[in-house]
Amino acid sequence: MDTTQGGPVMVDDSLTLPQASDAGPRIDCRNIKVFYGEAQAIHDVSISFPDRAVTSLIGPSGCGKSTFLRCLNRMNDTIENCRVEGEILMDGENINDADIDPVLLRSRVGMVFQKPNPFPKSIYDNIAYGPRIHGLANGREDLDAIVEKSLRRAGLWDEVKDRLMAPGTSLSGGQQQRLCIARAIAVQPEVILMDEPCSALDPIATARIEELIDDLRSRYCIVIVTHSMQQAARVSQRTAFFHLGHIVELGETNQIFTNPREKRTEDYITGRYG
Amino acid sequence: MTDTARPSTPATAAAKHLKRRRAADGRFRYYGLSAILVALGALAILVLTIGSQALSAATYNVVRYDITLDPAVIAPDGATRPEDISRNVEGFYSLVRDNLLATFPEAQADRESRRELSDFATRLAVLPTARMVARNPELVGGAITLTAPLNDDLDLYLKGQGVRERKVKAGTVSVGQAGEDGLYALTGAGAFDPLLAALVVATDDLADDASAPGVLLTAGVSTGRLTNITSASARLELLTGQAQDFANARPVARIIVSPEAERTVSDHQIAWTLALKAMGRVDRVLRTTLLTNSDSTYPELAGGLSAIVGSLLTMLVTALVAMPIGILAAVYLEEFAPRNRITEFIEVNINNLAAVPSIVFGLLGAALYINFLGMPRSAPLVGGLVLALMTFPVVIIASRAALKAVPPSVRSGALAVGASQMQTVFHHVVPLAAPGMLTGAILGMARALGETAPLLLIGMVAFVGDVPKGPMDESTVMPVLIFSWSNNAERAWEPLTAALIVILLAFLLLMNGLVVFLRRKYERRW
Repeated sequence: MDTTQGGPVMVDDSLTLPQASDAGPRIDCRNIKVFYGEAQAIHDVSISFPDRAVTSLIGPSGCGKSTFLRCLNRMNDTIENCRVEGEILMDGENINDADIDPVLLRSRVGMVFQKPNPFPKSIYDNIAYGPRIHGLANGREDLDAIVEKSLRRAGLWDEVKDRLMAPGTSLSGGQQQRLCIARAIAVQPEVILMDEPCSALDPIATARIEELIDDLRSRYCIVIVTHSMQQAARVSQRTAFFHLGHIVELGETNQIFTNPREKRTEDYITGRYG
Repeated sequence: MTDTARPSTPATAAAKHLKRRRAADGRFRYYGLSAILVALGALAILVLTIGSQALSAATYNVVRYDITLDPAVIAPDGATRPEDISRNVEGFYSLVRDNLLATFPEAQADRESRRELSDFATRLAVLPTARMVARNPELVGGAITLTAPLNDDLDLYLKGQGVRERKVKAGTVSVGQAGEDGLYALTGAGAFDPLLAALVVATDDLADDASAPGVLLTAGVSTGRLTNITSASARLELLTGQAQDFANARPVARIIVSPEAERTVSDHQIAWTLALKAMGRVDRVLRTTLLTNSDSTYPELAGGLSAIVGSLLTMLVTALVAMPIGILAAVYLEEFAPRNRITEFIEVNINNLAAVPSIVFGLLGAALYINFLGMPRSAPLVGGLVLALMTFPVVIIASRAALKAVPPSVRSGALAVGASQMQTVFHHVVPLAAPGMLTGAILGMARALGETAPLLLIGMVAFVGDVPKGPMDESTVMPVLIFSWSNNAERAWEPLTAALIVILLAFLLLMNGLVVFLRRKYERRW
């Protein structure tokens, strides 16, 4: 673990999350309804996400997984006509409350998108941007340390340490996606949302991202939307199956994939529809 | 293989259509190619006509006068202060006139000849020399060479554009004594045969009632009018120089079809011009005054400097007003404003504004800025504000298109790390859209640079002899000066106008080049 040896101790501490009680849910969603104008996309979804665990959301296209995921960091605010009802509790606070600033919320809930979307800036600036705007670094050295730590955590440091000033877009697809993950963890979030993070990547890059997700599990609450059943089985501890805006089944990943309670879940994971 | 035998398979059906599809492809390519050729042809014609016109104005003829700066003339009654000397145009001009009269004493004969000779240089042409002497007063009393542009009509004559003439070489002649009427008899066997032949050709395409063409004969610095031309003899009325110059020389005859009364240059003036040229006192030089002089009523002195400075000042005002307003309005409308009826209404009206004829903006500017706000007429400030009104809808539309082209993934990426909306827009979206926004802004400015109509209405068409020192000074702009010059009657203005058009086009090319440069340099891929 050269990560802990390399950087200054203070920064290391600040990047390490306090020990949370194991079973306590990081996010608790109650009766979430999402409307696009008149059309309802999510119907009364209640789900909680435990800390230090990966929860995967699976389901056929258009079932509302991504819409639901975007509720968790209020990215739906940016979509016109989109209305979210229900309570999403994080540390006992409803993040949909008017007095919660979405900017602060998003610094606590990071997000990685389907297509790698590094900023058209240097690798360094991609990582440093978040800490800079949130004022997380005191001076240049501090920022350098955060950049290095984030890149190490995302497993990208050894590949890019010699060309931090190269544009982020010059990396390969898989590297870009790990850059985006590094960018997300650089602002020290508590939760990381991933919206089909591997759908644009080849199997080798996918494997690296999956390894990374497994590593990150020890520190963060991770929610991942995926279309790959194998991926859900490999990386997640809990799985929720969405269908037509409802949660059909929610449980331990092992149980969902080996012994689903619902017929529809079984049909989906065995490839009979979807 | 069996498929080919049966004509009804999809493959054979497609093959039947293939030829027609290929033909349609080819036709379309030819249409496109011919459209481009037509456009290129039109461009080539434009460039050739304006370019060839402008080329003749790119150089002009100047005459050297060796004068002595007589203190009694340059600084009479002890007026030796530099400002007195530089203001003493009349004194310098009289030196030039005296020099001309000394060179061509025959002009002393009558008032009309003196006037024709003094037309060679305009009074104001001595101004640069007067200023130079004022800066160096030690020159007073010494001899200097004063250079002044030749009168525009004579300049055109020397360029072969003012008067249609045909040159024929005559044979060797001998010169007799002057007769009682002052005419000399020239004789030489067959010396005038080529001239007679040319005269027949020249008179052929004339109307029957036209007067006979004049013939001038030139040898060295001497020129005379020919009459009674026969194969072996002619009578010479000497205009300038010595009759003996014609002896044993092969003089050049010029057949000038249009009668003297219909010309802007007289026979005498032609004779003197040819003499000055033969003396080597006429130089054809680059017309740098086009860029260093201001407008003038004399074409040989006129330049575009005041209009160029006026245009630059106007563009500065336009840029300072239209670019911030246009770009900020575009950013607000595209990134922050909610989509509702009001913003839709605004959007539609911005598009309408961009389609309003420019002269309407001129009327608006005259009413609003000059009549209501009491700003000065003819000022670059008002012109710039009027053009800004016209330009900023264009800037808004181009900037919005550039902002729309930024992929949403950049916005969501920034929002997801906790950037506020303004940070997202100004740190990520605007930098990516900046080349496109600048392109739109500069193209809008380029359009404004070529605009004439609205500026006419706010009085920028006035004659401006001085270079404006600031945006509140009276001024004109390049396209308006082009318009004014093209309205002038004298022929010399025509090539000058073309030259000014070339300068304007050069500025436009410069701006478009800037656009290309900025795009190349700052366009980023994502």
